[in-house]
Amino acid sequence: MTRLLAGQDIAHQIEQKYPEAVVDAQPEFAMVKADKLIDVCTFLRDGDLDFKFLNSLTAVDRLDAFEIVYHMTSISLNQMGSIKISTSEREKPVFPSVTSVWPGAHLQEREAYDLMGIVFEGHPDLRRIFLWEGFAGWPLRKDYLNMPGHMAGLERFPGEPGKKLEGRGNVDA
Amino acid sequence: MTLKSEPYVINVGPQHPSTHGVFRLRLTMDGEKIIDAEMIIGYLHRSMEKLAEERTYTQNIPFTDRTDYLAAMTGNLAYVMAVEKMMEIDVPERADWLRTIMAELQRFASHCMAVGTFANDCGTWQTPVMHMIRDREKILDLFEMACGARLTTNYMRIGGVSRDIPPEFLPALAVLLKDLPKRVKEYEDLLLNNEIIIARSRGIAKLTPEEAIAYSLSGPMLRGSGVAWDLRKADPYAAYDKVEFDIAVGTNGDAYDRFAVRMAEMLQSLRILEQCADMITEGPIHARMSTSTVQPVGDPVAPLVIRPPEGEAYARIESPRGELGFYIVSDGGIAPYRFHIRAPSFINLTPLKKMTVGATIADAVVVLGSVDIVVGEVDR
Amino acid sequence: MPILAKWYDFRDLGNAIGALQDQILDWGAPDWVPYVVSGIIGVVGILLWLLVSQIIFIWIERRVIGLMHNRIGPNRVGPMGLLQGVADAIKLLLKEAITPRATDTILFWAAPIAIFIPAMVVFAVIPFGEGMVLSDLDVGVLFFVAIGSINTIAVFAAGWSSNNKFALIGAMRQIAMLISYELVQVFAILGVVIMVGSMRMVDFVEWQSGNDVWMFAIQPLALVAFIIAGLVEVNRSPADISEAESELIAGFHTEYSGIKFGFFYAAEYFATFALCGVIVTLFMGGWTLWGLEEWVPGFLIFLTKLYAVFFIFIWARGTLPRLRIDQLMAFSWKFLLELMFVNILVVGLETLIWREGGYDAATVLPIFAAINWVLAIGLAIFWARMLGHGTASSAGKRATLTQELGAIYYEGAGTPGA
Repeated sequence: MTRLLAGQDIAHQIEQKYPEAVVDAQPEFAMVKADKLIDVCTFLRDGDLDFKFLNSLTAVDRLDAFEIVYHMTSISLNQMGSIKISTSEREKPVFPSVTSVWPGAHLQEREAYDLMGIVFEGHPDLRRIFLWEGFAGWPLRKDYLNMPGHMAGLERFPGEPGKKLEGRGNVDA
Repeated sequence: MTLKSEPYVINVGPQHPSTHGVFRLRLTMDGEKIIDAEMIIGYLHRSMEKLAEERTYTQNIPFTDRTDYLAAMTGNLAYVMAVEKMMEIDVPERADWLRTIMAELQRFASHCMAVGTFANDCGTWQTPVMHMIRDREKILDLFEMACGARLTTNYMRIGGVSRDIPPEFLPALAVLLKDLPKRVKEYEDLLLNNEIIIARSRGIAKLTPEEAIAYSLSGPMLRGSGVAWDLRKADPYAAYDKVEFDIAVGTNGDAYDRFAVRMAEMLQSLRILEQCADMITEGPIHARMSTSTVQPVGDPVAPLVIRPPEGEAYARIESPRGELGFYIVSDGGIAPYRFHIRAPSFINLTPLKKMTVGATIADAVVVLGSVDIVVGEVDR
Repeated sequence: MPILAKWYDFRDLGNAIGALQDQILDWGAPDWVPYVVSGIIGVVGILLWLLVSQIIFIWIERRVIGLMHNRIGPNRVGPMGLLQGVADAIKLLLKEAITPRATDTILFWAAPIAIFIPAMVVFAVIPFGEGMVLSDLDVGVLFFVAIGSINTIAVFAAGWSSNNKFALIGAMRQIAMLISYELVQVFAILGVVIMVGSMRMVDFVEWQSGNDVWMFAIQPLALVAFIIAGLVEVNRSPADISEAESELIAGFHTEYSGIKFGFFYAAEYFATFALCGVIVTLFMGGWTLWGLEEWVPGFLIFLTKLYAVFFIFIWARGTLPRLRIDQLMAFSWKFLLELMFVNILVVGLETLIWREGGYDAATVLPIFAAINWVLAIGLAIFWARMLGHGTASSAGKRATLTQELGAIYYEGAGTPGA
């Protein structure tokens, strides 16, 4: 059975090497400072945690922030953990690319760039992947097309508690 | 003497017999040799991750059929496991057995297609794949028996499975299990020792285990490179901790090994299925959910609308193509706030350039066949 | 021909035509008239036979491949789908023959014709029965080889003029293949020619019926090499590399449609028929079958043999994967050609001993056959071993099964594809 490393454990490990790097630690993840990301990831890969395998890299639009979530596995120790980085920048969120640490992040970062508009600095080939060059906007963002009544969260379903629904009919995008 | 030659660009796909869908490979060639390769995808992009944010948790299950359309059951399973993980639901034992049976049948069916099309890419004129489709059809008949659908099954439910198997299912499975090992033996005789297939695929697209891990490869790609890593063993889900099976690994990390791993996994799947057919228990097939998470229709056994607590979950299973993961973020609503699919055949394409550059165009086709992509899953 | 050697004796159509020639001369026509008339009858007969055969064999091939694929095959057009070939032909005739804009138009139109004509002309030297050879050339087998090479030009013209990279790659591959395998083919024929001492097609048949033995019993190596070279020449699986559908879509005829594609399609069939005809003539006794030709028309025996050989080609197509171009070339230059040299040497020595010693054919031929079979099998195995095949490291290997999670089984060894 894969051991799920709590975010606090990972944070503890990171803090021994880079005391300033961890921002927050939850049971599911450890939040890391974006500018320390490469150091932290290299440490996670080569250190005692041995996270040599990057399972998944994805971006989440929290409306007030963009998060990048990394899930990593250690094949030799059979354990798994997750770290996150976050920024409140909305126009052009920039994060360091981890392709130098895990080459497997290559396509996943391109996907996150394509759909969420997140720029990964240091990525060797950051281009649109599913959509074509010149596609307007970043479709996975919650505010994509700014459709009225198209609200993130609970309000987006009819009958759900929350703000009054303005309906989807009056879209003039 | 070296001849002066000029590189040229050739587009393999999006309409091409052996790109397994609308996949495009842009090759820069020097004669027959590939000097640069770039994949262009997105022709089948259906924006599933965005669509899923607009649909309730239960409504999202059919999407997972259509990502990897050759392995709908495993797609269902990975998704419902992610939601269950978030809601901390314990699935009844019988449902776990049913899930295991369906996932293994699906793995066999999917590997049939993978091996058959790989043989096609090596140049057999459809013969192995036609025979393998015959076996796949029999498995699809079983699916039809269980859930009424053959390809897009929509069988798993959050908390269990949609319906119990009919009484004639297990006898039919037993008949099939008697038949299939002979078939696999036939395919091994036909393909595994085939001199031409060996010549075409051995030493092609070699990846060391270090590279395979670094490139986040999973499934037969990773095991073909010699890493004994199988989530069914490493992180047992459903009823995999109760059955015995072996991990199949290759030793060279080339296209042939990936193909051999798939062949061996077909036999292991049958082994698991035999144990499942013996050990399956009676009982409920759906968990009772707490009423607070079931709204507004309050049937806790077959809920229409589910409201997981705020949080996030990443669940992964060993799909036929590798680690199929679902990362789901919930804001407490009836639809996922973020729905991300970690698609194995998409990520398995990461080292495509490394695997194809320096090979010939004939090899590139074999490489693609050995990766075993499903474009529905690559593009989502 | 003891009984019934009249013009209506359909066992020997050559006889019937001879009677017709006499009749025309009796009417007082000039000398050239019967010559031309019999020529026209022969050409028309062969063409009709080719078309009918092709249409039937399209059906047979698709049905047989269907059986091999565990499916039914065409069964809708006509009884049991027998008219499928006709339907295909009509479809090809009616379809628009698209000429893409950037093609070299003249070549693009000329290529299908250029590939079609030699495929038919070859039949001039193939003896269908006793006296049933359109042109009994002294160098018949050389004619076959020479005409067979012309399709290289046509294929390259097709590939080049299509202005399509897939087509061009296919055409280049075809040329490389033909250069390699033409040599093997010629050497394979040479062994037979040395033993028979003639290049006339009819002489091969007569030699075999005179000595009561089929050539392939004496020279198995030559037959195998000739069949393989022929497969390459006519572009059929497993050597259909220049139109490899999993790599090059349709190779040199990717851009062809309608009846122009039909020409390529038909030419492939015709060339295969011609190849089968030459195999039957050279190695399988032609129209003779140990005295049965006295009772059954010789051309029926010939055609039966020809179709049987054709079945081998269908069988190979349904079974074998395709080689890569460099592997196919290596197979020619490193393997077949050497074996052919040895074959010629051995056959030459045997013929010399036979001629100089003045032995009886019935005594020496069994000995030669035994020697050659042993040599063929031994040499093939030995040479394959020399090239690294058939060894433990080149054999297929099942995946290793393990319970040990996270362990690494990589060895890094293993020979790259030969």
